[in-house]
Amino acid sequence: MSESKNMPPRTVPRFSATFDPFTISEIQRSAATGIYDIRGAGTKRKLPHFDDLLFLGASISRYPLEGYRERCDTDVVLGTRFAKKPIHLKTPVTIAGMSFGALSAQAKEALGRGASAVGTSTTTGDGGMTPEERGHSSILVYQYLPSRYGMNPDDLRRADAIEVVVGQGAKPGGGGMLLGQKISPRVAKMRDLPEGIDQRSACRHPDWTGPDDLEIKIEELREITNWEKPIYVKVGASRPYYDVSLAVKAGADVIVLDGMQGGTAATQEVFIEHVGLPILSAIRSAVQALQDLDMHRKVQLIVSGGIRGGADMAKALALGADAVAIGTAALIALGDQNPDLAAEYAKLGTVPGAYDDWQEGRDPAGITTQDPELAARLDPILGGRRIANYLSVMTMEAQAIARACGKSHLHNLEPEDMVSLTLEAAAMTRIPLAGTEWYPGKTGF
Amino acid sequence: MSEALFNHQTVDLRKSTIRDLNTVLQSEDVTGSWEVRHPDGRHSIAVGLTAPIDVTIEGQVGYYACGMNQRANLTIKGNAGPGVAENMMSGSVHVEGNASMAAGATGHGGLLVIDGDAGARCGISMKGIDIVVRGSVGHMSGFMAQSGALVVCGDAGEALGDSLYEAKIFVRGEVKSLGADCEEKTMTEEDLDILRNILEKSGITEYDATTFRRYGSGRRLYNFHVDNASAY
Ligand SMILES: Cc1cc2nc3c(=O)[nH]c(=O)nc-3n(C[C@H](O)[C@H](O)[C@H](O)COP(=O)(O)O)c2cc1C
Repeated sequence: MSESKNMPPRTVPRFSATFDPFTISEIQRSAATGIYDIRGAGTKRKLPHFDDLLFLGASISRYPLEGYRERCDTDVVLGTRFAKKPIHLKTPVTIAGMSFGALSAQAKEALGRGASAVGTSTTTGDGGMTPEERGHSSILVYQYLPSRYGMNPDDLRRADAIEVVVGQGAKPGGGGMLLGQKISPRVAKMRDLPEGIDQRSACRHPDWTGPDDLEIKIEELREITNWEKPIYVKVGASRPYYDVSLAVKAGADVIVLDGMQGGTAATQEVFIEHVGLPILSAIRSAVQALQDLDMHRKVQLIVSGGIRGGADMAKALALGADAVAIGTAALIALGDQNPDLAAEYAKLGTVPGAYDDWQEGRDPAGITTQDPELAARLDPILGGRRIANYLSVMTMEAQAIARACGKSHLHNLEPEDMVSLTLEAAAMTRIPLAGTEWYPGKTGF
Repeated sequence: MSEALFNHQTVDLRKSTIRDLNTVLQSEDVTGSWEVRHPDGRHSIAVGLTAPIDVTIEGQVGYYACGMNQRANLTIKGNAGPGVAENMMSGSVHVEGNASMAAGATGHGGLLVIDGDAGARCGISMKGIDIVVRGSVGHMSGFMAQSGALVVCGDAGEALGDSLYEAKIFVRGEVKSLGADCEEKTMTEEDLDILRNILEKSGITEYDATTFRRYGSGRRLYNFHVDNASAY
């Protein structure tokens, strides 16, 4: 008799849902290194998102516009409240703030070229403004951050708008980080830091704290720039109703609301995955705050965090946003996660589609790096064309949806054009569950 | 530009707005010396100046007075609110009274002299500015200070120089406590030269540089390391 015949049947290996393989590897990694995981990109967990909404399209009671023939405008003006020189975008999608330092100079240039080609703006980041990005961006928003790295009044005056950064969706309440590998001599000089250090930037502004101070700070920025430039206030989605109300009270022209899906160059994994709100759950309360103050469409709302294409943009606008911003999608359009780089990703212990060690500065696509050889792989002209293509497609996709809903401008999209697919989405957006007139909180079914 | 802008000019903030004042002081061809009367604690007085003019402000100022100054020399004949001379690039600001919190915050250059005391977070995130306080400074002064020098003739409050980078801090009196990664350093000849030079340009003759102690970064937090976990 063979041994196996005597063995009782065994259970197949079964992985725990609680202690899943990733969780186990994280415990092992923590125990081995003694330091939390720092990575780039946004949250990787599944969250309620724009996929949980659908457009209804036209029917007998609503008639559509003729695709390609009838106009569906896309322009947006930002900063109409106080600024003498508001910003005019041809399409309501802008490139979010990403620093030179986090990104290579080539990547910044490509973003500028692409955005300018389609008539939209780009944004600086934590680290100051480079002459290249100013030169290649026809509309450039200058971020005013807690670290104030490279902050100087000449650049403030050179900018087309100023964005006071209070927080970021990937890490509301957290400061910036740029690890030593990316503190090249040029980055170090711009930030006035020693080369090669692990840079931590402050999470609070050094010279103002609450909303009353912010109001005075915004006034100072306006005084220094002759009241010309729109002043944006960027917040991570955490208490959107109050943050939007307070930003309006402090005198913002534009509010940027960034959800937890938003990308980052380098943040603790635990922060990325466990702090902040999904953008879907934050837009309605932000819009509600604007409406309660009679400021909807007077103070413009830009939303970001996991925007992937024209459908997401159309849904955000229909929920009441004036424009959207993209970070991660723009990097992918530039060449991040490119399958052709599989062999090089393998050397970094990853695969195309999952690469997130943007903090390491070893990006084979030349985007999230300061290594001159890697960065040289990215052709800014070609990259610019890819960004322009992608932004154009996003716009055309949103137009296709808007026309189908009978709208002659993207901004005419409205909550009534949509239904929710899940109870969660219905509760978060107050858009009725498909097939019903109901959302949680509304009486009757 | 009109003749009226030349030489000694006065702007009375009971008759003009802050916008009028800043417009005139920021204009490209402004010259001479200026007097600002009745500041009455208003905010953003004389911000964003770019010309090498002299400005005297006759009284108390609110937030961000002389903010982001480039090349102008300003004197405040009174107390200053939060963020005086914040992000100064060059030139000088002299506060004859006391200054509130975040004096000289993030300054990239120039000289800030405070005759009285300065509140919390004096010189926070400073990036090249020199700050001299004849009196004492409040807690968390020099927080994340990157470069430049903070000179305190009196005492320093708690957590001086927390998370300090390469700025140099000189204190003549007592330091209540040092912040994370800030430590006392030996005063080198080079340090003494730097300090003497700053004292001299600030018009301080009553204190000898050798009576100060010098503090700087222990550089232990420059790279993430498990042993420093409690300091992050
Ligand atoms: C590489 C990278 C660098 C970033 N740097 C900054 C920054 O310096 N300042 C900032 O406010 N946000 C920064 N962000 C966040 C973006 O501005 C934006 O909020 C986010 O990318 C939007 O979400 P998305 O990536 O899903 O499109 C960065 C994001 C990425 C991906």
